Amino acid sequence: MPQNQTHGADQPDIAGPTPKSQRTKMVKSSDDNENKILAKKLKDSEICVPIVYGNIAFWLGKKASEYQSHKWTVYVRSSTNEDLGVVIKRAVFQLHSSFNNPMRVVEGPPFELSESGWGEFEIVITLHFHGDVTEKPLHLYHRLKLYPEEESGSLSMKKPVVVESYDEIVLSEPSEGFLARVQNHPAIIMPRLPSSFALPPVPMEDINSGKRGDTKNHPLSQWFTNFSEADELLKLAAARQQVQAHIARLRRQLSLLDGQQQLKSASDM
Amino acid sequence: MDAKDILGLPKNALPIQEKKSKPPKETQRKPDGISREVYALTGGLAPLMPSVDVNQLKRKAQSENEKITWQWLPFTNSARKDNLQLYHWVRVVNGVPPTGDYSFAKYNKSVDVIKYTDEEYEKYLVDPAWTKEETDRLFDLCERFDLRFTVIADRFPSSKTVEELKNRFYSVSRAILIARAPSPGDVIVHPLVKEPYNVSQEIERKRALSMVLSHTKQQERRDVEVLAEAKRISEARKTAKAAEEPELPVMADSGHDVTDRAAVAAAADSISPTPSTQFPSATTANPVSETASVVASLRMLQVYLRSYALEQMVQAASSSAGLRTIKRVEQTLQDLGVNLKPKVPTRAVCAEHLELRKEILTLLSLQKQLQYKEAEGSSYRDGSYAETPGTPPPKRLQRAADLDRTFTPDSLSFGGERIGKRDQKRKGPGRSEAPSSPAQSKRPRKYKASE
Repeated sequence: MPQNQTHGADQPDIAGPTPKSQRTKMVKSSDDNENKILAKKLKDSEICVPIVYGNIAFWLGKKASEYQSHKWTVYVRSSTNEDLGVVIKRAVFQLHSSFNNPMRVVEGPPFELSESGWGEFEIVITLHFHGDVTEKPLHLYHRLKLYPEEESGSLSMKKPVVVESYDEIVLSEPSEGFLARVQNHPAIIMPRLPSSFALPPVPMEDINSGKRGDTKNHPLSQWFTNFSEADELLKLAAARQQVQAHIARLRRQLSLLDGQQQLKSASDM
Repeated sequence: MDAKDILGLPKNALPIQEKKSKPPKETQRKPDGISREVYALTGGLAPLMPSVDVNQLKRKAQSENEKITWQWLPFTNSARKDNLQLYHWVRVVNGVPPTGDYSFAKYNKSVDVIKYTDEEYEKYLVDPAWTKEETDRLFDLCERFDLRFTVIADRFPSSKTVEELKNRFYSVSRAILIARAPSPGDVIVHPLVKEPYNVSQEIERKRALSMVLSHTKQQERRDVEVLAEAKRISEARKTAKAAEEPELPVMADSGHDVTDRAAVAAAADSISPTPSTQFPSATTANPVSETASVVASLRMLQVYLRSYALEQMVQAASSSAGLRTIKRVEQTLQDLGVNLKPKVPTRAVCAEHLELRKEILTLLSLQKQLQYKEAEGSSYRDGSYAETPGTPPPKRLQRAADLDRTFTPDSLSFGGERIGKRDQKRKGPGRSEAPSSPAQSKRPRKYKASE
């Protein structure tokens, strides 16, 4: 059994994410049927990586010139400030054409880019994933914001303008190797796997060696927004309840009408 | 002098005094340069645009420098084979008659009809249905009549149809061309070689054309109807097929039938009061198959954003709804204080959001059903039911638009309380059945609800 698993785990690194059904064919053993069942189960599962992306912009105040009035940083981070390097290989930030080298590539976490300028424009962030995740890149669109909403000229050098968007990267049909690699990583929300499915343990060397990719102690972390789904869930639940009650009321009204019409037609005869 | 004289009417009669805005002075004073009669033709008014180009007047004066005479002179026509000499008037300028050929000679065009020799005939052109004399005669006629086959057919000694004549002529010409060409490549672009004459096709085409021409009006109308119906059905089939293609072959059959029925039903009846029963059955089947196809397409993407996934699902769920309905759904969401796009799109939030949208769609369709029922009710009865009597349907829809804003922020708290109480009373029966449940089952509960 372990032989088959490692065999499956090795494949993705060489050939990229092959569909699960193909890989099970390559495994030559009597556990073929079992693998096929497991493959089918994995098909319906998805891995979720919650991220936050946006920008923070500081007004340069006295040091501001006409063309460099703000210093801003655009970034993609994990919503819980964990290390996204396990999933994302590199991020490409496409800036406005007036910048030098508008295509900026960031090769590892933290995936951020700092610049100075005066204008607001749309930045296209392209996320490239590791080979065992998927070959396809993902695009995020973010409008750089430098100036605060209120016009009251409250440009302060201390308080930056922060615009963040929450989203989740969904990876459908994740490969075995990838699952094995990230099974215990805090940045990832794992799918519910069948109990018979056992992933081989992977040595956790990534955390100790190399520089840390998480943003927990990021200099700008004090400005990060804390996104909680609880508020939204509450509001949605309340709304649904209202709508359901309304539906019930309407249904009663309709049945009333039906009944009365039936009576009327009966009395006409 | 005038028509008035002829008719015996008095001059300067009433009509002149009746002319309103025109002061009589202008009509009496006619401008110089135009005779009185001509001026009267225009109604006594000056034309808006100069009827004569001013430049032309100048040119006439210029050409007065040369001496123009007209002479009766002989001429020959190069298009004629004999040397017939005729006479005509010629415009002579300063004593020099015009040179050049007769101006109409250039219009004498003719067709180049191939001439074959006898040897060529023996080698390439022998045909069982045609004798050499007939073929020669045909070609002679073709040259005389410039390939006007209807005329040629009339004058052809033995009776052959136009298509047969054409076929013979074109095949002979083609054979000669190919035979005479030094290499096949030279002549391959010639239209005769590229597209040979197809007798059977031509006969068929002409027959079909004459049939179409002789269509009666009724037949035409029927044709148009049938075509439109076929188009509708094929479109419905196409969209159903596209939705079903990725997976769930089981769903395909039921979805197919329902969409077909819905399409035909939608096409057939326009304003009948029964769409309420058909409407829900079409909408419940379709959204399920739509979301299934969205799920499949998302899976194909391998990696995507959850916000994008939600967008696709929302679109799929409201695919059967019109633009107005979608706007109403969004309005309702806003009234309920829910973001149109969730700020924190987690898996749970997205699922709840989607369910909420579906429930709002159900709500709106129920409201519509209620409207229809009320319209029916008031048409059955003379007196008022609950609403204003005899109001035409459009007015009802307007009022219903006010009814739509059931979730106005001020009524929220009050409505919430009351609705909550009602919910508790009824012990929440299962709400998974289709909205159009038969009336009989609800009858016994009618009395209970009124307490």
